[in-house]
Amino acid sequence: MGVKIFLYPLSIRIWHWLNAVLCLLLIITGISMQYSNPEYPFMRFDLAVTLHNIFGITLTVSYVFFIIINITTNNIKFYKVQLKGFKNRLITQSKYYSVGIFKGQKTPFPISEKRKFNPLQKFSYILVMYVFFPLIFITGWALIFPETIIHDVFGISGIHLTDLLHVIIGFFVSVFMFVHIYFCTIGTSIGSNFKAMLNGWHE
Amino acid sequence: MKPFLKKGLILSSICFLLLYSLQSLCQYKDEAPKKNVLANQECLKCHGGHFYYYYNDWVEKDVRERMNPHFVIDSTKFYKSNHKTFACIDCHSYEYEDFPHSGSLRMEPIYSCLDCHGGDENSAEFNFEQIEENFINSIHSSKHGDNFTCWMCHDPHTYEISARTKESIIDVVEYSNNICLNCHNNIEEFQILTDSENPNILDAHDWLPNQSIHFRSVRCIECHTEINDSILVAHKILPKDQAVQNCVECHSTNSLLMASLYKFRRKENRNAAGFINAAILKEAYVIGANRNIYLNWASIAIFGFVILGICTHAILRIIKK
Repeated sequence: MGVKIFLYPLSIRIWHWLNAVLCLLLIITGISMQYSNPEYPFMRFDLAVTLHNIFGITLTVSYVFFIIINITTNNIKFYKVQLKGFKNRLITQSKYYSVGIFKGQKTPFPISEKRKFNPLQKFSYILVMYVFFPLIFITGWALIFPETIIHDVFGISGIHLTDLLHVIIGFFVSVFMFVHIYFCTIGTSIGSNFKAMLNGWHE
Repeated sequence: MKPFLKKGLILSSICFLLLYSLQSLCQYKDEAPKKNVLANQECLKCHGGHFYYYYNDWVEKDVRERMNPHFVIDSTKFYKSNHKTFACIDCHSYEYEDFPHSGSLRMEPIYSCLDCHGGDENSAEFNFEQIEENFINSIHSSKHGDNFTCWMCHDPHTYEISARTKESIIDVVEYSNNICLNCHNNIEEFQILTDSENPNILDAHDWLPNQSIHFRSVRCIECHTEINDSILVAHKILPKDQAVQNCVECHSTNSLLMASLYKFRRKENRNAAGFINAAILKEAYVIGANRNIYLNWASIAIFGFVILGICTHAILRIIKK
């Protein structure tokens, strides 16, 4: 058995699982609305709208909770990027995932108390948490209160543009979810990372 | 000035005047015949405003009286309406030309649409016979019988077709919904035919998400009529329990809005720039109805590659373990 490091305090774990469940529910209700079809009623449209709104509002609250955790604890340090050489570190990590992992090589950026994320994780988490999420919240809240949206943007409906941006970002977040869940199986065992996010101890 | 320049200038002026006169002539053709306008003016002297004057023989002086508000005709609206070319006495008795009007004229029968438009070749595209059939089967007619006439919704003094003529769908919606709200949001008008109180429109639609956006973007008749392809605008108003309440009837690729509100625009840009039901996009956005074919394919392709990548990676991990 390898060395155990306590990486995930309770607040982070609660936020993480709440975030994960809400994202999955938002993807399901979002797809149900976007591809609504009277012949294949996966979910009642009005129910999907109501649930999507409730989950979206809850996710915003959860995001505020995440930001507060980051400000009040030292969790924020894991998201800080040393720009110098970051590109090379990304390439090194990518090479490991695409080639080295099959040759039994050791991970180039092993997890420690100082380094919770490898460069690829750091890049994708920053993109999702600090770019995609704020954008999806702004567009989502605007769609809950559509009267706040500019009616006409150079001849195109403002609601249309807002929804388009919301759906495109939603799509990328769902792609991230799939990849994230798969990469969580890469650990000392298939379930070790899932277990770590339950008890806080990384193996 | 050189002679050829002078001749050219005179010739250009003549051409300009000729074109201007032709244009004026074309405009005049669309307007009401002058003799009708003049004849109508005699009626509108009193019925065009909220007060009228007449010489009272009994008291031997000019009297200023209030006009019954139901008999006031807005001449601006009338000369924009479908019946703008008409003289008042085309539909009303010529005896109205005498003042004071005879009391028996109050019993004057009122024409219905079919009296003029039934079997009329000029109105064939409107299919008035089918409209009447639709109307007879509507809740308005079945509940109130002959008391509910065409004029309840289509005031012949102001009514103008809008769905085909107005550029903005928002304007079409506002015009059409105001016809319904004239009674359903006005207890005085509502109680012309009933003693019951009109239901509160907002409460009755409290199940509808984004209520104000829906009210602004679609007509009441989108959900409250049965679509009929043989007439331009559906006239069979349904009982409230049969109104459309299933969101996906509009929020899907086969949106019923394309057969109703957008039927006059559906041929243009149905699938422009990859957007399904693109005609709607000019002024609105309907989730589920306005999907983009290219984005759909791109998302399927990206998702497919991601799943394929994950599966390949997982299989290689198992093999190389």
